[in-house]
Amino acid sequence: MEKNELIEWENKCIQEEPPECNSACPLHVDARLLLKEIQKGNWDAAYKVLNKTMPFPGILGRICDHPCEDRCKRGPVGGPIAIGALERICVEKFAGKKRVQPLPRKSQKIAVIGGGLAGVTAALDLLKKGFCVSVFEQGDRLGGYLWDLPEQLLPREVISEELSVFETLMADIHFGTGLDKTLFDQVCEEYDALILDRDSLHGIDLSLKLDSDGLIDIDPATGTTEREGVFAGGGTRFRGGFSPVMETLEGRKPALSIERMMQKVGLTFGRENEGPCSSRLFTSTEGIDPLPRVVPADAVKGYTEEEALREAERCIQCECMECVKKCLYLERYKGYPKKYAREIFNNERILFGAAHQYNVFTNSCSTCGLCETICPNDFSMADLCLEARRTMLKLKIMPPSFHEFALQDMAFSNGEPFSLCRHAPGTTESAWLYFPSCQLCGTAPGEVLSSYRYLQDKLSGGVGILLHCCGAPAFWAGREDLFQTALDEIRDSWEKMGRPQIITACPTCLNIFQEHAPELKPVSLWQIMLEAGIPEAACVKGTTRSTVGVVDPCATRHNQVEQQGIRSILGALGIKVEELPLSGEIPECCGYGGLMYNANPTLSRDVVARRTSASDNDYLAYCAMCRDNFASAGKRVSHLIEHIFPAVEGGDPAARSWVSWSDRRTNRCRVKEWVLGDLGEREEAQVEEYEKLKLTMAPEVRKRIDERRILEEDIRKVIFHAETAGKKMQSREGGSYLAYLQPENVTFWVEYSPDGNGFTVLNAYCHRMKIVGLKK
Amino acid sequence: MNFSQEAAAWSCASCGGNLELVKVHFSYMKGNFEVDLPACAACGLVLVPESLALGRMAEAERILEDK
Repeated sequence: MEKNELIEWENKCIQEEPPECNSACPLHVDARLLLKEIQKGNWDAAYKVLNKTMPFPGILGRICDHPCEDRCKRGPVGGPIAIGALERICVEKFAGKKRVQPLPRKSQKIAVIGGGLAGVTAALDLLKKGFCVSVFEQGDRLGGYLWDLPEQLLPREVISEELSVFETLMADIHFGTGLDKTLFDQVCEEYDALILDRDSLHGIDLSLKLDSDGLIDIDPATGTTEREGVFAGGGTRFRGGFSPVMETLEGRKPALSIERMMQKVGLTFGRENEGPCSSRLFTSTEGIDPLPRVVPADAVKGYTEEEALREAERCIQCECMECVKKCLYLERYKGYPKKYAREIFNNERILFGAAHQYNVFTNSCSTCGLCETICPNDFSMADLCLEARRTMLKLKIMPPSFHEFALQDMAFSNGEPFSLCRHAPGTTESAWLYFPSCQLCGTAPGEVLSSYRYLQDKLSGGVGILLHCCGAPAFWAGREDLFQTALDEIRDSWEKMGRPQIITACPTCLNIFQEHAPELKPVSLWQIMLEAGIPEAACVKGTTRSTVGVVDPCATRHNQVEQQGIRSILGALGIKVEELPLSGEIPECCGYGGLMYNANPTLSRDVVARRTSASDNDYLAYCAMCRDNFASAGKRVSHLIEHIFPAVEGGDPAARSWVSWSDRRTNRCRVKEWVLGDLGEREEAQVEEYEKLKLTMAPEVRKRIDERRILEEDIRKVIFHAETAGKKMQSREGGSYLAYLQPENVTFWVEYSPDGNGFTVLNAYCHRMKIVGLKK
Repeated sequence: MNFSQEAAAWSCASCGGNLELVKVHFSYMKGNFEVDLPACAACGLVLVPESLALGRMAEAERILEDK
C-alpha cells in the first residue's frame, strides 16, 4: 500500500470525524469529551476541555449561545443535550488555579484597538503566542459589551477575574484612549500589525470600507481589511444579535492571520474547517431511549450537580462504529477500519526482525462485504485485506499455514480425484453445463447427482457437467496465479463444450463467475428450478411442515432475486420462513469465506456460535459451507437441496451431522464416480497401498482430528510408513504405537493400535516446525 | 520442560531400545530451535509429545509467522 492509498482508505472511514456538536461550535469545543468527563464526575477534567479551546472559559462557559445544541444527535430522541447549561455548572464549580505563563517575547508588536470580546480574544491569543501586544481601549476596563449583560448570567467579579489574565501576561493596556482616525493612523505607523474590534469601533470613521451593516468590511475567512496589516473582527451585535461564541471566533481569526503573516505563510491555507463546519460522522440513534432533557429545579441558578450528571448521562457519545457493531472480526481487534488501514500499512513496513503483528488480522477477514454494505461511506475491509494479502505474498511474509490447507483442498478438487467435464450420457452436445461446486459435492453428493438428473430431465439441448472448484480459495488467499489457472481451466472446458449456459448450485461460484468471468453468464440452479418447475414429489400442498431460519449466504448479499427465489421455493415446499436478523443485505459470513476458518479458526468458531444463537428454529442454508459450519457447531441445519432431492423419503435432513474434511473429499470422488458410472466410463481407479488401510475412529477422535485439519489420508500415510518401515514407538503400558511423518510442510503424529482387520486411531496431532535431526 | 516421563512411557519399536533425552533440532520459517526430547539415538526416532506440539511449539510457530 502506498502512502496516498493509505490516505484514501483513511479518508473513507469516518469514525474519527468530529461529532456534530464539535463541528457546529465556532471554536470547536470538544463537547463530546466534555460530556464524557462530566458523566464520570471528573469536573476538573471537564473544565480543562473548555479551557483548552475557550479564551475565557469563565465568561464563555456562562454566556455561550451554544449553536452546538441545534445539531446535537440527541435532538430527535428526547431533545438536545443542554451543553450550554452543563458548561455553566462546569465553570461555576471550578475552583482550581488557572495557570498562564508569559512566553518568551517575540519582537513583533501587535496592537488591538477596542477591548470588546473579539478584541480581548485576539489580544489573549497573540499574547499566548509570545507577541508583544498593546490594547487600546476607550473606557476604563476591558470587556466592552460583556458588562451590559445581566449580573445573574455573568457576575461582574467573573469578568474581572477572567480578564485579570492580561495583568499576569503583562500586556500593555491603554485605557481612556480616544478611538479615532488619529490613533488608528498612529498605531498603523508604530506596530507591525493591528486588529480592530468592530464592536468597539462601530460608528467610528477610520476611512476604511464598511459593509452593509456599517461594520468595517473584512474577508470573513481571514479577517483582513482593505488595508495591509490591518485585520478586524467582531460586531455580531450589529448584524442579527450578539453571539458570544461567534464574537470570540471573530477575534480569534484575525489573530491567527497575524501569526501566519508574521511567519510568512499563506493566510488561507487549510482553514476550511475554521468556524462552524459540517461533519461526515454518522451516528445511529436506533434503539436509543428518548429520554427528555433534565430541567433544572431552579431555572435561574441552573443545574445542581446531581441534575447535571443526569443530563450528561443522556449524551450518547456520538461515533459511527456501524460495521464494528455487526462484525465480530472488526470488533475483536478493538479498532475500526481507519485504524486497521494504518496498521496494515505499518505492517507492510516493519523492519527485519520486528513483529508483523497484523499478519493474522489481515488474513482473518471473511471478505463477506458486510462492512461495505453497512458503512455510510462504503469502506470495504475485503478489498483492503485482499490487496494486503497480495502484498504480503510479494513481500514473502505470508505464513504458509494461513492458506495451505484450503489451497490443498482446492488442488484436490481441480486434480484427478474430482475434476471432470462431460456431456450427458448419450449426447454429444450441451446447451447447459451444470457446475454443482466442489463443496456441495463434498457435503451432499447424492443430492447433487439427483439434481443433475433433474436438469437433464427438464432442460433441452443437453446438460453437461463440470466438476471443478471455481478458484475462490485462491482468490481469498491472494494467490492470483492459482486463481487465474482455476478460471482458465473452467473457461477451457466451457469452450470445449461449445460455450453452454453454466448452471451453478453454489452462491460463491456464482459470484466468482459473475465478477471474474462474466462471459460464462452463469445462472443459479434455483432460478432454473423456478422456471422449469420444482420436483412434484418435494412439494407439499396445503400444509406447513416446519419453520426454519433461512441463512442467506454472504455471497447473495446483492442478489435479491436469488434470495426471493429461495423463499418462493420454500413456500412451494410448505416450509415457513423465519427471517434472521443478519439476512437479506446484511448476512455475516459463516467463517469459510476469505479463508477465515483457516487463518483464524477460533474467530471462525465464534462467528458461527454467534450466528447459531440467533434463533432456536432449525436453520436452512443454501450454501454448502454455511450448512456444514453450522452443523459442525451442533446446530440443526439442512441444505435446500436436501429438501428437494431427499436422500431418504420423509427423513430429517437437519439431523444430519457435521462432515469432516476427509469425508468431503471422499464425497467429491463419489460424485465423479457416479457420473462416470452413468456414462459407462467407470474405471478401476489406481489405489495406492496406503489407501487400502482400514481405519476405525471414535466419533470424538474423528471430530478432534478434523478440527486440527488432519485428513484420514494423512493418518493412513503415517501408519503405512510406520508399519512398512518399522519406524514407530511402542507404549510400555497399553501396547499402542506412536508414529510420525512429514509428507510436506506439516509433521503428522498418530497414536494407533492394530485391530482385527486394520487400525484403531486413538489420537492424532500435528505441527509445522520441522524436525531437522538429533544433535550428534 | 522435562519430558523424562514421556521418555519412560515409550520404547523404540524398531530396536526395542529405551528413549533418552537428546537435543533435537527444529526449524520453521526463519527460526531454529533446540529442545531436549525423548529420542532413540540409534534409530533417529524422536518423540514430540502432544502437549509440546499443541502448546509451546504452536506458540513459537505463531510468533515466527508474525516475523
